[in-house]
Amino acid sequence: MNLRRDVFQALADPTRRLILVLVASQAMTAGAIAANFETSRPTVSKHLQILTECELLQQEQKGREIYYCLNPEKIKEVADFIEPFRKLWDERFDKLENVMKNYKSSNN
Amino acid sequence: MEQKTKIVAENGKQELMITREFDLPVELLFKAYAEAELLSEWMGTKVLKLESKPHGGYELETSDAQGNVLFRANGVIHEFVPNQKITRTFEMENTGLPVQLEYLEFEKITENASRLKMQVVYKSLEVREQILKMPFAYGINMAHDRLQDIVNKLK
Repeated sequence: MNLRRDVFQALADPTRRLILVLVASQAMTAGAIAANFETSRPTVSKHLQILTECELLQQEQKGREIYYCLNPEKIKEVADFIEPFRKLWDERFDKLENVMKNYKSSNN
Repeated sequence: MEQKTKIVAENGKQELMITREFDLPVELLFKAYAEAELLSEWMGTKVLKLESKPHGGYELETSDAQGNVLFRANGVIHEFVPNQKITRTFEMENTGLPVQLEYLEFEKITENASRLKMQVVYKSLEVREQILKMPFAYGINMAHDRLQDIVNKLK
């Protein structure tokens, strides 16, 4: 359950979203990915680590190099943009319910 | 676990259908939308104006602890039928997002349960997609801001 939230947090970062777009067309090494950004290599590595931990990216060993590619299963799971929007409304409506239950008991 | 709030976004339709059942009599559910003080409490925003009547209007505003305005929204109320329906427009100011049309239907299920159906119509399909992606971009920031406020109060 926590993992799912982590996925959305991972996606909330614009650099990480850009990384996903980059590797969507082809598997890339960390170096090749980092070359697309002005940020330092360790920062990009950190982003790759987060994306791999929440399974949005997969690592593939090819000879001596590690390539990163999209995990299509996971992407499909979170590509449903409605979920965070739904959660937002769900929380808002929970609040409404609580506010009105309190209102009811204080007016009885 | 069954989801209490359901959202249907049909392919190719520039609208959303949001449905939710409440453990509240329909009168109380409606009141939460009709009275400024209550609306303010559950929406977590200041209600500057709320004229709950046909041809009425409303204005919402949220500021941070320093008084900087984070969010402003307004709209016009077209239909207002107590315990049944509200038809209104909604516009988030300074976002460049077009006005949306909202049809809210309130239904009694039992004495202590009710349902809200909210049909939201957007200017285009593109706008609907943009709105759906917004919690990604803004939801998390807002949560951080709130956390920051709570932390500041503890200091």
